[in-house]
Amino acid sequence: MCGIIGVIDRKRALMDGSSIRDALSLMNERGSGEGAGYAAYGIYPDFQDCYAIHVFFDNLVEPKSRVDHMLHKWGRIVHQEAIPTYEQDGLKRSHIPWRYFFKPYSDLMAGSTTPEDDVMKYIVMETNSNIQGALIFSSGKNMGVFKASGWPEDVANFYRIEDYKGYIWLAHNRYPTNTPGWWGGAHPFNLLDWAVVHNGEITSYGTNRRYVESNGYTCSMFTDTEVVAYLFDLLGRRHGLPEDVVVKALAPPFWDEIDNMPEKEQELNHAIRLTYGPALMNGPFAIVVATHEGIVGFTDRIKLRPLVIGENEDRLYISSEEAAIRVMDPEVQNIHMPRAGEPVIGRVIV
Amino acid sequence: MSLGSVPLKYKVTIDREQCMHCMRCINNCSYGVFHREDDRIIIDSRKCTACHHCISMCPRDAISLQERPVDYRSHPLWTAEAREDIINQARTGKIILAGMGNAKPYPVIFDRLVLDACQVTNPSIDPLREPMELRTYIGKKPPRLEIDKKDNGDIEMLTKLTPNLKLETPIMIGHMSYGAISLNAQLSLAKAVEKTGTFMGTGEGGLHEAIYPYQKNMIVQVASGRFGVDINYLERGAAIEIKIGQGAKPGIGGHLPGEKVCQDVSCTRMIPLGSDAISPAPHHDIYSIEDLAQLVRSLKEATEWKKPVFVKIAAVHNAAAIAAGIARSSADAVVIDGFRGGSGATPKVFRDNVGIPIEAAVASVDQKLKDQGIRNKISVIASGGIRNSADIAKSIALGADAVYIGTGALIAMGCRVCGQCYRGMCPWGIATQRQELVDRLDPEIESEHVANLIRSWTLELSELMGAAGINSIESLRSNRSRLRGYMLDEGTLDVLQVKPVGA
Ligand code: SF4
Ligand code: SF4
Repeated sequence: MCGIIGVIDRKRALMDGSSIRDALSLMNERGSGEGAGYAAYGIYPDFQDCYAIHVFFDNLVEPKSRVDHMLHKWGRIVHQEAIPTYEQDGLKRSHIPWRYFFKPYSDLMAGSTTPEDDVMKYIVMETNSNIQGALIFSSGKNMGVFKASGWPEDVANFYRIEDYKGYIWLAHNRYPTNTPGWWGGAHPFNLLDWAVVHNGEITSYGTNRRYVESNGYTCSMFTDTEVVAYLFDLLGRRHGLPEDVVVKALAPPFWDEIDNMPEKEQELNHAIRLTYGPALMNGPFAIVVATHEGIVGFTDRIKLRPLVIGENEDRLYISSEEAAIRVMDPEVQNIHMPRAGEPVIGRVIV
Repeated sequence: MSLGSVPLKYKVTIDREQCMHCMRCINNCSYGVFHREDDRIIIDSRKCTACHHCISMCPRDAISLQERPVDYRSHPLWTAEAREDIINQARTGKIILAGMGNAKPYPVIFDRLVLDACQVTNPSIDPLREPMELRTYIGKKPPRLEIDKKDNGDIEMLTKLTPNLKLETPIMIGHMSYGAISLNAQLSLAKAVEKTGTFMGTGEGGLHEAIYPYQKNMIVQVASGRFGVDINYLERGAAIEIKIGQGAKPGIGGHLPGEKVCQDVSCTRMIPLGSDAISPAPHHDIYSIEDLAQLVRSLKEATEWKKPVFVKIAAVHNAAAIAAGIARSSADAVVIDGFRGGSGATPKVFRDNVGIPIEAAVASVDQKLKDQGIRNKISVIASGGIRNSADIAKSIALGADAVYIGTGALIAMGCRVCGQCYRGMCPWGIATQRQELVDRLDPEIESEHVANLIRSWTLELSELMGAAGINSIESLRSNRSRLRGYMLDEGTLDVLQVKPVGA
């Protein structure tokens, strides 16, 4: 099941994490108290130019020295500290959340057009597949993911989520069927600038996974959600496709619809399906993806999972449930449900 | 001393109580098992091939057939077959010829793979209510799409797509030449692929005029004998296939016995009447991968880059690396023909001992192409021993884009897999050029049978996909997490990249 919610303020007005915490808690019916998390953009204005790396360490000895060592090789650590946390009765601390603010050396990745991102991606893949006891779960600039096993309010209070102020927030209430209790399995899932919350199960996971792996990604999180982040990174960043085209690749129209489109549109959609067949995501899902520039929400091609939209001036809300949006913003307007596969896009305008 | 005769393979008997003396069996058996002496039907069981034609036409169900009515002393190593092959070769000093695919009891990997279905956490999809997409495009795909998004939101595509074949179902019919099979058989197949929106191969036998009306569904083959190849032939096909090898006989050429080269066959193949049509083992202009790339390019040039070019190889040990080489040429698809692939005539020693199973070959080809980041450059077509829709689903989940069926389509027209195709006396009118036998096969009726087979497999595929929560064939392709291996050894699981059941 799982409950998801996302919000953007298009003029970048900051919101603290308290209201999204309350909205997420309202959807406890959709979770099981075994995983919740938040992602927020705009929270580290003092370190805007650095990659904010959030890591779960099992201890600060072996795994941390290996991560430190790798970061020193590939760039400069501008600042590092334990992520402030506050004990909660309902939450068992299984890892030590740590953060680095990091600047990669851009001359180390030969032949790349986005060398810093590629260094960062390499560090994430290396750490998560090869360093035991360390898991990088957040690696974007001026953004961060906060997650753990527990109920949404406990996880929020563990990190004191109200202390962070962002203009985009995503949140997720988990009902796990795989890897319960593992902090890494909670959402949001992040890579570089991309954060994803996902309700559903991807029946095409094997296909999608082999596709991203043949493009240099390593799936190490044991969850189908990570593949969404990699697909967005591959198609959006590396192939430079706009979000609506990425969504068309991941949840394309049916051939019958394409056959009846006007010529130009038909040609484009035909080409998208031919080129990105292995990226098509099948199975029931509702997903919200964020970058520092905006959020995109969409569902599978036959809408087997709910997604509701609401607006209030500069704010756009996307959630599994209308009631959750109303908790965040009782004044919300224009509540509606997008069609299957239709992207809902909220972009910053300043 | 003479070696004497070996025991009968089959024993045919007629229930004389049932028999009404219609004498149909005499006419039906092209091998001359039955003949009439006065009012009695005399049976010469030694000539029987178990083709079942007489049985299927007997109005009284009076005929029965028994396999191996005489026992040998049983022995696990010296099987009856081993002994008889030796006796046969001691007499002739020749290579033993055989028809149809590999007949050794190797384990069938398909039968040790199981598919997945949804329960609770994701809903299955009902193909009767929801769209289910099996449309498949065969050909090169661009590695990425380049587009230009204008300020007004208009999108312009900068990437140019290369021609692909559009299939309504991922099932095609493989190459069986006119010559190996009759014109009526080929015509039936052609009508069937037209009805079902898919394609078939011409084999290395040229394209007979009678098939011209179906040319938009034909893949024309260029093999080492180059029979029937001219520009007219190339231009008529929807795609061109270069045949390097065949699963039933990897590493050797083809042989169409002169008896099968009648007037029409000789014209279509462009060879003299009654001459043996021999395709050499290698193409005499291909001695390395660059030569193949050159031939692909020449064929493309000749047809103005309008047609996809396929390359067919036998599944041999190194198939994955060979496919990766082919992907680097301008070829659009590689056909991998597994060691169970059929054949009209092949040396038995090859049929039964050379090559590898299609399941392993497809899995390793798909993986190798992905490892090298070139999977998009080429489509992968699996063939050789595909018996039902589950085999197709499994082939696709192992990484194939589509499959070729051959024997399956022949069985839909009557073939009983008797394995005597090379003798040219097929009582079903399939593997023969004798007019009286060919006339037995009515293309109107048989094309409907073959089309029905494709339709039923397509339906079953949609049901299997729906149960797995998948509504588009591209999400099944290479989706190995929806397969599990049952009693497969670790090495094979590793090659297939499939987990064992329960994992
Ligand atoms: S060869 Fe065929 S037709 Fe002839 S007797 Fe045997 S089964 Fe009957
Ligand atoms: S095609 Fe004819 S000869 Fe060949 S196996 Fe089938 S029935 Fe026998």
